[in-house]
Amino acid sequence: MRYAMAVDTKKCVGCSDCVVACQTENNVPIGYCRDWIVEVTDGTYPQLELEHRSERCNHCENSPCVRCCPTGASHYSDGGTVMVTKNKCIGCGACIASCPYDARYTHPEGYVDKCTFCLHRVKKGQQPACVAVCPTKCMYFGDLDDPNSDVSRVIKKRKYKTLIPEAGTNPQLYFLI
Amino acid sequence: MREELIVSGRMNPHIDPQLQIWEWHIPAYLFLGGLAAGILFFASYFYIKGKSEEYPTAVKLAPIFTPLLIGLGLLFLLLDLKHKLYFWRLYTAFKIESPMSWGAWTLMAIMPLSAIWAAFNIKSLFPKWDWKFDIVKDAIKVLEEYKTPIAWAIMILSVILGIYTGILLSAFNARPLWNTSILGPLFLVSGMSTGAAAIIILSKSKVERHTFAKIDLLLIAIELFLIIHMFMGFRASSQVQIDASAMFLGGQFTAPFWVLVVGMGLVIPAALEILEMRHKKIPYMVAPVLVLFGGLLFRFIMAYAGQMSRWLY
Amino acid sequence: MGKNRRDFIKISALGAAGLVAGTRYLMAQNQIVIPENPKGPWRMPHDLVRTPTYCEVCFWKCAGWTYKNDAGQIQKIIGNDDDPNSNGRFCPRGTGGVGMYYDEDRLKTPLIRVKGADGKQTFKEASWDEAFDFIQKKIEKVIEEHGPECLALFTHGSGGTYFGNLLKSLGSQNITAPSYAQCRGPREVGFIATFGEGLSSPEPTDIRDSKCMVLIGSHIGENMHNGHVQEMSDAIDKGATIITVDPRFSTAASKSKYWLPIKPSTDLALLMAWIHVLIYEERYDKKYVEQYTFGFEQLKEHVKHMTPEWAYGITTIKPQVIRETAREMSYASPATIVHPGRHVTWYGDDTQRLRAVAILNALLGSWGRRGGFYIPDKAKVPGVPHPPYPKPRRTWRDAMGGKYELADLALANGVCDATIPSATMDCSIKAWIVNGTNLIETLPNRPKTMEAINALDLMVVVDTMPMEITGYADVVLPECTYLERYDSLRVTQHREPTISLRMPAMKPKYDSKPAWWMAKNLAERLGKGEYFPFDSIEEELDYQLKKVDSSLEEMQRIGVKKLPRAYDDLYYKDGEEIEFNTNTGKIELYSTSLEEYGFDPMPKYTAHPEPPAGYYRLIYGRAPMHTFSRTANNPNLTDLMDENTVWVNPKVAKEWGLKNGQEVYLQNQDNVVSTFPIKVRVTERIRWDSVYMVHGFGHANKKLSRAFGRGASDSELITNVMMDPIMGGTGMRGNFITFRFNKA
Ligand SMILES: Nc1nc2c(c(=O)[nH]1)N[C@H]1C(S)=C(S)[C@@H](COP(=O)(O)OP(=O)(O)OC[C@H]3O[C@@H](n4cnc5c(=O)[nH]c(N)nc54)[C@H](O)[C@@H]3O)O[C@H]1N2
Ligand SMILES: Nc1nc2c(c(=O)[nH]1)N[C@H]1C(S)=C(S)[C@@H](COP(=O)(O)OP(=O)(O)OC[C@H]3O[C@@H](n4cnc5c(=O)[nH]c(N)nc54)[C@H](O)[C@@H]3O)O[C@H]1N2
Ligand code: SF4
Ligand code: SF4
Ligand code: SF4
Ligand code: SF4
Ligand code: SF4
Ligand SMILES: [Mo]
Repeated sequence: MRYAMAVDTKKCVGCSDCVVACQTENNVPIGYCRDWIVEVTDGTYPQLELEHRSERCNHCENSPCVRCCPTGASHYSDGGTVMVTKNKCIGCGACIASCPYDARYTHPEGYVDKCTFCLHRVKKGQQPACVAVCPTKCMYFGDLDDPNSDVSRVIKKRKYKTLIPEAGTNPQLYFLI
Repeated sequence: MREELIVSGRMNPHIDPQLQIWEWHIPAYLFLGGLAAGILFFASYFYIKGKSEEYPTAVKLAPIFTPLLIGLGLLFLLLDLKHKLYFWRLYTAFKIESPMSWGAWTLMAIMPLSAIWAAFNIKSLFPKWDWKFDIVKDAIKVLEEYKTPIAWAIMILSVILGIYTGILLSAFNARPLWNTSILGPLFLVSGMSTGAAAIIILSKSKVERHTFAKIDLLLIAIELFLIIHMFMGFRASSQVQIDASAMFLGGQFTAPFWVLVVGMGLVIPAALEILEMRHKKIPYMVAPVLVLFGGLLFRFIMAYAGQMSRWLY
Repeated sequence: MGKNRRDFIKISALGAAGLVAGTRYLMAQNQIVIPENPKGPWRMPHDLVRTPTYCEVCFWKCAGWTYKNDAGQIQKIIGNDDDPNSNGRFCPRGTGGVGMYYDEDRLKTPLIRVKGADGKQTFKEASWDEAFDFIQKKIEKVIEEHGPECLALFTHGSGGTYFGNLLKSLGSQNITAPSYAQCRGPREVGFIATFGEGLSSPEPTDIRDSKCMVLIGSHIGENMHNGHVQEMSDAIDKGATIITVDPRFSTAASKSKYWLPIKPSTDLALLMAWIHVLIYEERYDKKYVEQYTFGFEQLKEHVKHMTPEWAYGITTIKPQVIRETAREMSYASPATIVHPGRHVTWYGDDTQRLRAVAILNALLGSWGRRGGFYIPDKAKVPGVPHPPYPKPRRTWRDAMGGKYELADLALANGVCDATIPSATMDCSIKAWIVNGTNLIETLPNRPKTMEAINALDLMVVVDTMPMEITGYADVVLPECTYLERYDSLRVTQHREPTISLRMPAMKPKYDSKPAWWMAKNLAERLGKGEYFPFDSIEEELDYQLKKVDSSLEEMQRIGVKKLPRAYDDLYYKDGEEIEFNTNTGKIELYSTSLEEYGFDPMPKYTAHPEPPAGYYRLIYGRAPMHTFSRTANNPNLTDLMDENTVWVNPKVAKEWGLKNGQEVYLQNQDNVVSTFPIKVRVTERIRWDSVYMVHGFGHANKKLSRAFGRGASDSELITNVMMDPIMGGTGMRGNFITFRFNKA
């Protein structure tokens, strides 16, 4: 099993619903976030292109954050997701410094937090909160090992990119372009 | 025009707008670790070489401070932790791939050894010292029989500790400035250099000072070589490392790094040491103090600048 | 009386609340039923308790569920899968609606304006009895001295049903919403003139099945009207061609096959040129036009000279592009939507522009066709019977001097005008109830709004937040948020008629109350209790629901109920005989009713003033994370966006030496300077002759701790209003601004 997510940059409107939905679903305190929206504009008026990306932890297959964690708090879990065990985390910040995507943050209670792919929902057969709320339905989540999953299908059909593949982390968040 | 902006989210404290997860604690911790590693290396090395009497400061006096230095470093590390109550979790796991983990274990191992080493020597330096409890005296007596193996252990661990202070940073692929294999040897050499400087400061023997000035000179030369090598490596590497090194080659860290760290912390003390060796009248404290100061600043600058360097996407 | 009878008061209460002096009048206690029993039907996955609601963060009114956690606190709000407005997905504002409840700056108690010993005006915290006493006396006096016609209600939002009922029972029809003359009014009038019916909300655009969609300034994706956004995304998936006309590279433009970066204020020329191409290249739906329309020959003659080349000179859109896009529309027709937009009060010729939009749709045969406009249906839910309303002797229209007779709803600005005393009127309006609309930020030409407010004997403001408007009130009544109350049923049109229930998830915080309760209590005090023939709203709702074969209990369980359609089909059948509700019974390409009232029967382009040197046209719009000014203090939504910026083209920035993030003041053609500075956003996404900002920021009330002084208000810079002569809409895009580096 290999969980992954794909975001269609051609449909995402940058509305940030996925950001609020994540906050209310996962008790992410106000002022913090597990996901965020990037908007890139290229060109000169009126020859312009615009890309919207909803970004979050890439649940990297070769993840430096797991490697550098001294306590094992950061670890691989179901479907290759990268998770943090609250009460093993000492808040040393090594994983934060190690993540090329700046996808982690220190929760005000001291432990490090980040996107969990909403495993608590996925285990119940639901979609992650951000995927479930997205008004443009531009996010796809599922198991890459299952050729019939939403994410496998869309990745087969469309061109995509990942972020900083050069960093060698093998990210599992795909952006359809 | 290309415009890239974060529309929403990403106001995470200490992450945005720019990473600042480590403040003063970590560079100070790395400095203390390097300093202790340097001192302990020389102590064990010269003990094994049978030069205890020749270099009493290095073998006996200076190491007495190392448990304190290491303890202080660990205290800073603890202060830096955001989830302090779970500190002990460091010692319920050993993660070979995590420098933070083996660093913590190394410190755990070297700290008692350094304390034992201090205990061996305290009586010879302060003849009136009394351990009060017999059990301590007995223990020391037993351990004294293993003094050479202990010295070996200290020497190996001190090298690991010295390298660790650099590898802690260089393991982070995510921060292009840190991501160079030179950082380990560089921090090791720098740590030994600060160790030598500390010994010079503490030493009352001219011979000893002279030897350590020579050692220091050699270390400084290696250090300069490694620094230049590091920047050459950056310049020949990917765009992100070119950008990272640009902070030191025209960017905001240029003056503090080249003037204060390289100039005042390496070149000037080296020059002073050479002059001193040529028997010019120079207060012997100046050079080692500059070395210590340079070593400290070097770690601060590397820690801060490293957090500023990032991947582009 | 000072110069301003009403000094703006920053809600800060003086003195403690008077003790509740007995509950003699407080009938119909607010008996709120909140399911606290976790074993109830509301128990859902996550072990959260859920209650149905419909969203009040904007007027799309999506239905959803409020989930509470084990601590009994609101955790999240999620769309109801059975709701056609949301399809189970709320927009960011709806998802962030939890912040409306949690906002600690909310209005907490009734407030009454008093004059302090030092002569300064201030608010005194009051009990509901005191507040109602005060209002009752003032209203009775106005009715006695001037008649009930001198009462007016401004309302936007759910509570309007009950305050409207109150006003009508007293004998006034001056009931108005800013969603008409400041929003969709011209569109309704333009479409009524053409098809005999308006669009209403949600617009019956069949976007999901559309093959070509034309957006004229309609910035779907930033305009987060949920169903539209969702269906547009579906259409993109199915490969629909999107054509966006906008002087700004909007989000929608970035998703479009064609983006026409039009010179602002010239859309009518483009529309007429498109009509020209469709007619002269014979690309219109001939059968449809022949069977259903009136005035084709006149139209053909009328647009003869309105060629793409002619339009190029006006709009800066190349003739080739105009032709190509017109062809795209015709290839896809009738599954082509020339979208009518919603906020259409731009340049004063808006009804005519929307007429052109309607005509285009008629030529493409998309009205009543799949992928064009479907035939919506709406449930009929009878109310609890009450006596007929008294007939008013006068309305706000009497103050209009015979103008704007084609307006099918009351004009907010018209009621404002009717409040300002004038020699020609025998009586001006004396008292306002303002429910859920922040008129200070909502109406253009603020000095005029202030003049009207200063002429009032009484202003009651019902709101949840200490918004600007509350500072001018005599009495402020704190409403509880939509998450803490029952409201009238949502009965909106869609492909299938639905009803949906809002019920409280929480007890009202502080001393806030629902609108229905306020209106009912006031009605009882004013002797009109028979118009509220129920003890509690639950009773009323249950009565209504039983009339449509449901019940309050059922709706508490399901939230949304689909009812059968009254019409059997969503689209016209091929060749079906249809009688349109116009003078000719046909779709009027040539409008006989406009002609009757002395207006152009077919749209004509007229040039509008352009910004003088050193000035830029001020255009504004929406950000997806906010609704007007109402969310500007919402903790969850300010977390996403806490201020607006002024978008400036890099060329302009260079000319003025403006840097990204630099703060500037904006000054308009009438020398009004923004109260607060605003940060510059240097971006290619805006034309060099215009600047853009998101509406709803620059709040001036300090009590809004997150919104105060963040960004600038477009409203205060809109002092030039381009009135629509046909229906009285307030065109707001004829204002020009320049930059100032300091305030004085
Ligand atoms: N400059 C400018 N003016 C505009 C527009 C623009 O784009 N620019 N847009 C126009 C358009 S399209 C429209 S539709 C109008 C909208 O105009 P309004 O509806 O007046 O918009 P808001 O500013 O959101 O004001 C809503 C008020 O309702 C209050 N409120 C929120 N929830 C509740 C509730 O549950 N109960 C009660 N009683 N009050 C509540 C809020 O606190 C706020 O004071 O504005 C128009 N005016
Ligand atoms: N997130 C969010 N969504 C909302 C609302 C909200 O407050 N927040 N409000 C809702 C309401 S009540 C309404 S009425 C709608 C309004 O939403 P729309 O009807 O979509 O909005 P407009 O204000 O007409 O359009 C704004 C766009 O018009 C462009 N524009 C400006 N001048 C011109 C011009 O001369 N010609 C052309 N072609 N384009 C021009 C601007 O660049 C901007 O992109 O949004 C609704 N949706
Ligand atoms: S909710 Fe969907 S459309 Fe909105 S920003 Fe997130 S991914 Fe994009
Ligand atoms: S994105 Fe960052 S936090 Fe997530 S798995 Fe990769 S390295 Fe770790
Ligand atoms: S902060 Fe926590 S999760 Fe991150 S590396 Fe340290 S212990 Fe591991
Ligand atoms: S998958 Fe869940 S945790 Fe991750 S960003 Fe989406 S909502 Fe947040
Ligand atoms: S569109 Fe968004 S804000 Fe408007 S009613 Fe629906 S969920 Fe609420
Ligand atoms: Mo509107």
